[in-house]
This record gives sequence, C-alpha cells and structure tokens, in this order.
Amino acid sequence: MLEIKNLHASIDGKEILRGVDLVVPTGEVHAIMGPNGSGKSTLSYVLSGRDGYDVTEGEIIFDGSDIVEMPAEERAAAGVFLAFQYPLEIPGVATMTFLKAALNAQRKARGEAELTTPDFIRRVKVASEKLNVSQEMLRRPLNVGFSGGEKKRNEILQMALLEPKLAILDETDSGLDIDALRVVSEGVNSLRSPERSMLVITHYQRLLDHIVPDKVHVMSAGRIVRTGGPELALELEAKGYADYAGEAA
Amino acid sequence: MPAIQETVDQVSQIDVDQYKYGFVTDIESDRAPKGLSEDIVRFISAKKNEPDWMLEWRLDAYRRWLTMTEPTWSRVHYPKIDFDDLYYYSAPKSSPGPKSLDEVDPELLAMYEKLGIPLREREILAGVEGASDRRVAVDAVFDSVSVVTTFKEELKKAGVIFCAISEAIREYPEIVKKYLGSVVPVTDNYYATLNSAVFSDGSFVYIPEGVRCPMELSTYFRINERNTGQFERTLIIAEKGAHVSYLEGCTAPMRDENQLHAAVVELVALEDAEIKYSTVQNWYPGDKDGKGGIYNFVTKRGDCRGDRSKISWTQVETGSAITWKYPSCILRGDDSQGEFYSIAVSNGYQQVDSGTKMIHLGKNTKSRIISKGIAAGRSDNTYRGLVSAHRKASGARNFTNCDSLLIGDKCGAHTVPYIESKNASAVFEHEATTSKIADDQLFYCLQRGLSSEEAVALIVNGFVKDVIQQLPMEFAVEAQKLISISLEGSVG
Ligand SMILES: Nc1ncnc2c1ncn2[C@@H]1O[C@H](COP(=O)(O)OP(=O)(O)OP(=O)(O)O)[C@@H](O)[C@H]1O
Ligand SMILES: [Mg+2]
Repeated sequence: MLEIKNLHASIDGKEILRGVDLVVPTGEVHAIMGPNGSGKSTLSYVLSGRDGYDVTEGEIIFDGSDIVEMPAEERAAAGVFLAFQYPLEIPGVATMTFLKAALNAQRKARGEAELTTPDFIRRVKVASEKLNVSQEMLRRPLNVGFSGGEKKRNEILQMALLEPKLAILDETDSGLDIDALRVVSEGVNSLRSPERSMLVITHYQRLLDHIVPDKVHVMSAGRIVRTGGPELALELEAKGYADYAGEAA
Repeated sequence: MPAIQETVDQVSQIDVDQYKYGFVTDIESDRAPKGLSEDIVRFISAKKNEPDWMLEWRLDAYRRWLTMTEPTWSRVHYPKIDFDDLYYYSAPKSSPGPKSLDEVDPELLAMYEKLGIPLREREILAGVEGASDRRVAVDAVFDSVSVVTTFKEELKKAGVIFCAISEAIREYPEIVKKYLGSVVPVTDNYYATLNSAVFSDGSFVYIPEGVRCPMELSTYFRINERNTGQFERTLIIAEKGAHVSYLEGCTAPMRDENQLHAAVVELVALEDAEIKYSTVQNWYPGDKDGKGGIYNFVTKRGDCRGDRSKISWTQVETGSAITWKYPSCILRGDDSQGEFYSIAVSNGYQQVDSGTKMIHLGKNTKSRIISKGIAAGRSDNTYRGLVSAHRKASGARNFTNCDSLLIGDKCGAHTVPYIESKNASAVFEHEATTSKIADDQLFYCLQRGLSSEEAVALIVNGFVKDVIQQLPMEFAVEAQKLISISLEGSVG
C-alpha cells in the first residue's frame, strides 16, 4: 500500500525529514512514536501533499505509483486521508455541508456519480451515531467552537465517510477523555479492513491498547530509527526516548 | 429666459436641429456627441420629451455642477476623468418603447443569455408565463432607454406604477416633482449633481397606500456603447403601509476603456412602509493588469420619512474597477428602521470604498449594519460607515458588524467607522474582525478532496452567509455563484 523510500523533505530550506524509510502493507496498522519535533506531523503533511515542502530526495509509492508530484486533492481522491493533529475551523460552513462537498468532490474526481442527498444523509447518520456525534453538531459550522475531543471525533467521522485506503491519524488521541478515547478507538477499529492501511501517530501507549498496531516505528530527527512489534510501545513508555537522543541534531 | 424657452420649444417639436445644438447628430446611432454643455443637457431633455420644469431642474443641476469639484476623501485612486471626453446620451438601436418582444432587437435578447439571466426571467422576457407563482417583473434598461417592460398590466391592477423614469416624468409629473431630489438633493455631491443634470433613464416605482407589491421588481442594467457614461436615476416611493422588494442586478461584457457610472437611487418610505432594495453588481472590473473597468460612483439613499417605516439595503458588489458607494438611510420617522447588508468582493486591481450612513433623527430608531469585505489579488477594500444620532433621536440603536477576509498578502482591507452621537441615550455597538484564508485552512480542504477554487468558494460562502441569507432566493444562488467566479484564480 505505502512504501516510503529514503524520503528527504525540507521546509524554508530547513531539512526536517532526513531519509525516512517505511513500508505499510495493505491492511496493516502501524504506529509512529517519537519525541516532539522529530518530524511526525511533517511526514503526515508530506504524505498528503501539503504545499511548501520540498521533497529533495526519495519516493512515496502509494498504491503502486510515486505520488510525490501529485497535488493534495488528487491524493485525497486516490484514498489518502489525514486526521489532523489540529483540525481547522471554517466559520459559516455547516459541518454537514463540508462533508458533502468533500465526499462529492472525491467522487467526482474518481468519475463516480455524486451522492443524492438522502443517500448522503443516511451514510452520515450511520457514521455519526457510531462516533457519538450529534445531529446538532453536524449543523454547526465546521469545528467552530467544538471542544478538542469533538474535533477529533469529527475527524474520524470524516474518515469513516470518505473511506480512504490509507488513513494517517496524527495524535488523534490527544485531548480525548477516557470515554471519548474508547469511542474513537472503536470507530477506528471498525474501519480496520484488509483493504485499508493506517498510520497512527501517537505519544501514548494507552491508544495502542485500544488500537493494537501490527508494527510500531520510532521516529527521531527525521528518520525511522527503530521498528518493532506492539511491545516496543511498552518499552518506550517505560524508558522514554533517551536511547534515541543521540540520533538528533 | 425667452431664448431658452424658444430652444426648448423647437427641440420638442423636431428631433434634432444641427444648427441650434452646434453639432451633428447621427440619428441612426442616436447618440449625442462627446462632452458636456448646456446644449447637451437640452438635447437629452428634448430626446425624452421632457416638460420644461424638468429641463430647468437639469440645467440648474448642471450649473451647480460646474462650480463643484470631485471629492478626494475616499481611498480610491484613478486617473483624472475627462468629463468632456464622455458621451452623455446614447439610445439602443431598436426603436424605443416596443409593445411586445417581437419588436425587441434579437441582439438584446441574445444578451440576456450571455449575461446569464436566470432561465425563468428569460422566459418571462420571452413571454412564457412561468410555472412559478412568484413572478419577477423585469424592466430592462439597456444603455439608457427602457426597452422592455413586462407585467405592467398586473402591477397596474394593484395600483403599482413601475416604469421608466422618463415615462414617469411625462405621465406622473406631480409625483416625480414632489419626490425627485427630495432624498438626494441636487447638490448632494459631485456625482449626484452630474447625474441630476444628465441622467439618461432608470426606474420609477410607486406603491400606493396599503399595497403590498404583488411581485419582486427587478431591473437589469447593461452598459452598451463605448465611452458612454451611464447615469441611471431611480426613484421608489412606498406610501403609507406599502411594501416593495426591488432587485437590481447588472453585468457587462469585457471592454478595455474605463467607463463612468454615476447612478442616483432615491427611496422614500412613508408611515409603516417597507422597502427592500437588493443589488447584485457585476460590472467589468478591468483586466489582469488593472486596465479598463467601470468606475462606479453611486449615490443611494433611503428616507424613512414616516413613523415605523423600514428600508433595507442588501448589496453584493463584485465588479467595477472602482466602487464608491454608500447606500444610506435617513431614519426620520420615529421607530423607523434601517438596514445595510453588504458583501463587497475585490480581486485583481479593484478598489472598493463602500459602506453606509445611518442617520438617526427620530426617536427609537434602529439600524443594523452587516458588512463583509473580501479582498484578493492586489485589490483594496475599504468599509466606510457613519452612524449618527441627532439630538432628538432618543433611544436610537445601532449594531454594526464589519468583517474582512483577506486572500493572499498583496491585498488590503480597511475599516473606517465614524460614530457621532448627540443624544446620550443612543446605544451604538460596533464589532469588526479581519481574518485571512490561512494556508492550513486551505490545505485542510484540499486534503478532503476539494480543489483550491472549491475550497476558497466554500470558505468565502461561509464568511458571507449572514448577508446571503438576506437576499431574495433567486438572487442568493446567483450571488453565491458570482462571488466564486469573481475569486477564481485568487489562490494557487
Ligand atoms: N514551517 C516550518 N519552518 C521551519 N521549521 C519547521 C516548520 N514546520 C515545522 N518545522 C520544524 O520541523 C520539526 C518537526 O516538526 P513536526 O511538527 O513534524 O514534529 P512532530 O514530530 O509532529 O512533533 P509533535 O510531537 O510535537 O507533534 C520541528 O523542529 C519544527 O519546529
Ligand atoms: Mg506533530
């Protein structure tokens, strides 16, 4: 599904990703952990095609082809989804309106017919009930005045609707209370499928208790410095990143 | 005086006398030569078969205009206008005042299509009685002369007069005399005075006491000929307890020369009357380098003359190279209300200086201002608004909300509020925000699959929602589309 080879990327002339190698096979869930500033969010942006990053070396093979040159909206339609660490607000645009616009834009880009309104509403209803997202929230402007936890749930709702092939979750657990963490994790788990890969960025082992990854990677100073099974997360939880400090700078 | 009278008499008898006017007129083009003089004013008046009092009114305005200078207080910059290099009268080629569409130049009908006039309205123009029960009467003003007037009969039944102002001057002189210039005095400002001297045509609406106008009234303007100054004049009177909603929408094709447009709109609302005036303005804004485009210097003012009367302005401004426009309300009657809802979009090199004046004179008068300015490209967008309370305006209230949205970093947004209160009990609230379409907001949308144009349109439509909701349905959809089109290419 996803194969990142020797990826170097910089912003404003500053190199942040310094040779990332990472393979996420179809159907697997991988976690990325790593100290603050190690480049996890940057990797998620570069994977999803955000402007402003210079990929100076390396490849991103998604679904068989290199997507480094592909614009962000095309990657989205091709099935790359990013749940943002800090979801953005769009005043005056009802969440519902936004969801519909996004879903139909992707469908259009893939040459599929737009969803009819009743069909769309049905899908939203199913997904939102699972995630405890109220109808009232769907009528409110996107993320405006949403609590931290509501914003995160809204991200997973979008993921559920857009049905991506590759979902990158950037610290989706931060800001969630214990109940919300469970709801969101269940939501994510229900989206696990043999056709879908996930890259879960987190600082905390407790998320990985809920969403059990196939592999855990440690990122430090713009590189994947270690890869292991779920037990690696436990080790990190106990020892911290001190072992990898040498990799930085 | 006798000399003037003699001229007028002769002019009204014959069409054009080359000698008397000192210029040659090509009847076919039906256009007065360039430049402005008393003779041109007489020519225009004669062309319209106007009564003497109207000519005198125009000449008085012209003479006063000669003593005035162009205002310089606004935030717009443009090369000096050579008022002698403009045409002040131009009529369309088809014969004036056709009785049916068959008599209308097919070119003009084709124009409706190009202008994207909604199908239903085109159908109405084509004589097809719409399936919809909510009908729109269209008084189309092409260049200067009203060419088509529909639904006249039905309006007549309700006692509503909706016609070209030139017709009203001839048919309803008493009403026109009473109200013309009573809201915007002849000497109000440079452009209004110029308009008073040379106004070509425009609409006249009179709603009799207690009548609710049975349909929304709509006018489409279009600037037709090269170098033709457009001087529309609109007068709307709502008698006691009358209601009317008037829609004005306009657009123009590409052109490369600057054109002056100086319209005057006067609204009069008597006791318990209500006037809603909505505008979608989409004139040519100039090319990518800022060349060409319409100069739009408009004076729009409503007088809430009667107690409990209400005037509401809603405008969506996307066009013109320069917009200088402050639709205002004089809240004279006690408990009267004024509203101003505005969306002003500027892109490219457009300059917008727009806003409103709410003049509270009566007791317990209320006003509400919601202004949304969107600046993209290298444009400049200024909100300029005055809220004032007179000594006697006890209990006056105003709420102002003024938001600006910037797209890119080469444009500018400015808010210039003036607040004057001579009554201690007046309560004026003012809110203002300036925001930017941030890169991360855009990326968020792109990541969800929207193109950058769709993303901007979505964000902008969210930003202007409060105002769009004030527009009549048929305008709301058009306006949203127009806003998106106007911002095409503003990012990425
Ligand atoms: N626009 C930018 N210009 C310069 N440096 C940047 C820019 N954006 C990010 N960085 C730097 O890149 C590094 C990686 O940032 P990134 O947000 O990817 O880290 P992270 O691993 O997601 O951290 P956290 O765990 O705190 O979320 C940081 O040192 C950050 O300061
Ligand atoms: Mg991060």
